[in-house]
Amino acid sequence: MRDRLGEWDLRFSPYLYIAPFFLIFGLTGLFPLLYTAYVALFDWELGGAEPTFVGLDNFTTLLADEQFWTTLTNTISIFLLSSGPQLVIAVLLAALLNTRVRPATGWRVGVLLPYAASLVAIGIIFANLFGRDFGLVNTLLEVFGLDRIDWQANRFASHLAIAFMVNWRWTGYNALIVLAAMQAIPKDVYEAAVVDGAGAVRRFFSITLPLLRPTLIFMVITSTIGGLQIFTEPKLFDTRPGSNNGGSSNQFQTITLYLYQSAFENQNFGYASAIAWVLFLVIIIFAGINFLLTRRLAGVGR
Amino acid sequence: MSVGKPNATVYGLLLAFVLGSAFPFYWSFVVASRDSATVSQRVPPLLPGGNFFANAAKVFDSVPFWKALGNSMIVAGTVTVSTVLLSTLAGFAFAKLRFRGRGVLFVAVVATLAVPTQLGIVPLYMLMAEFGWANSLEAVIVPNLVTALGVFWMRQYISEAVPFELIEAARMDGCSLIRTFWHVCLPAVRPAAAFLGMFTFMTSWNDFLWPLVALDAGNPTIQVALEKLQSGFYIDYSLVLAGTTMATVPVLLIFVLLGRQIVAGIMQGAVKG
Repeated sequence: MRDRLGEWDLRFSPYLYIAPFFLIFGLTGLFPLLYTAYVALFDWELGGAEPTFVGLDNFTTLLADEQFWTTLTNTISIFLLSSGPQLVIAVLLAALLNTRVRPATGWRVGVLLPYAASLVAIGIIFANLFGRDFGLVNTLLEVFGLDRIDWQANRFASHLAIAFMVNWRWTGYNALIVLAAMQAIPKDVYEAAVVDGAGAVRRFFSITLPLLRPTLIFMVITSTIGGLQIFTEPKLFDTRPGSNNGGSSNQFQTITLYLYQSAFENQNFGYASAIAWVLFLVIIIFAGINFLLTRRLAGVGR
Repeated sequence: MSVGKPNATVYGLLLAFVLGSAFPFYWSFVVASRDSATVSQRVPPLLPGGNFFANAAKVFDSVPFWKALGNSMIVAGTVTVSTVLLSTLAGFAFAKLRFRGRGVLFVAVVATLAVPTQLGIVPLYMLMAEFGWANSLEAVIVPNLVTALGVFWMRQYISEAVPFELIEAARMDGCSLIRTFWHVCLPAVRPAAAFLGMFTFMTSWNDFLWPLVALDAGNPTIQVALEKLQSGFYIDYSLVLAGTTMATVPVLLIFVLLGRQIVAGIMQGAVKG
């Protein structure tokens, strides 16, 4: 009897242990994602009439929607302005941390500090710093004899400010990930290179960078997925608080912000779902491109 | 392996970076501790003033701050305990137990890491309304009870930290699987569980988009309350930044106290070449 119980325990308990994950993910992750595709085929208004089937209408409307293209461009622009510099600075910062600095942990904790901040708090603080009339950044620009910039109104400037927020938050975190990978590189590889007469720069490009490749790919993919879904920063950057417009002429509205606006301000669930699916495709395409690109770039010098 | 001896330039650059990291926190406290008039001066003040508590008091009048703080504690606390326990349980099964389909199921877990669940917010909102959870904390808690990242992280750790012999020995003594998990596995994974716990708490505490969708202004989490704080026609930055300062303190405190472990955890979990 005891043995039978023990055998059942061994055979079936493992499924019980992993079941919660699959249940929760199935219900709140996978199902909504797939159901989004279904909702996208309807004219589905919250609290409105019965949803009517409209086929691909939402998608054709979307492709002809100027605002959608604006938000797509904004998203990509902010993404490029943030992920590029972020990666470069993270690698350089990791190189600094990879020297024998004392106290090692102290510096690492300091670098990671922004990661602890809430996005909302940071969004509000940076909106204040980049304010047109009383913002500290503009005051500094004036001190140096430069012109004030209307950070919210100017399209490119607003992208720059938002990217700055993103970079401020994530660069230290990424630097630590790169640092971990740097520390895993065996010392004798460098020693051999020194014997062969390779200088510091050559060592960096011929040894460090190629060996960091898996880490860089990982970082690029995660920052692509995160960066293309950017929402909190542009929402809080608006001078009209609570607005989902991303500025007076949508100059910094991102796709996720547009999705949110369509669903929960305009209550058009069908249209919002279509946006979600197009964003999903964009993310997949960009993750793919970035994957190939990083593989090539980090492979230089091999 | 560390390379080279740091010189003054290295320390200088690092110091500049850390000061830049800390500055926005400091600045928000400076603004929060003054009144809104001084903030609109042409030459901004660089030192804190004495108005912080007055501004904080106004925050309590403007939004249900304590309720929001309590809600965030409940949400982040529940999510953290549940994520750590359920991820460890699943990680234990994937790392140490033999069962059919184990490999495929684990690949499925890893694959879900790439799925941006944010994109399903519309149906998720409908689903939560269907369950009668619209505007209640369940809507924010349930989707985050366990995460793929947690399962993956704990599996990796348990694979290395818990020897098969230990599990065998417990089984010989007549322990059921669940008791083996509780008495052998759980104590052995404390460091990884602690890191996962901190990480989950911070993520959950700072989550914004989904709580904004799922909860209304009367029953917010702290992040949603902060956003509402600045949704008037006129923004009183002293007030708003007093709010953000107060909401950031708990996480900053955790971070300063446990920063070493958080850093060690990130370094350990990073993808290595």
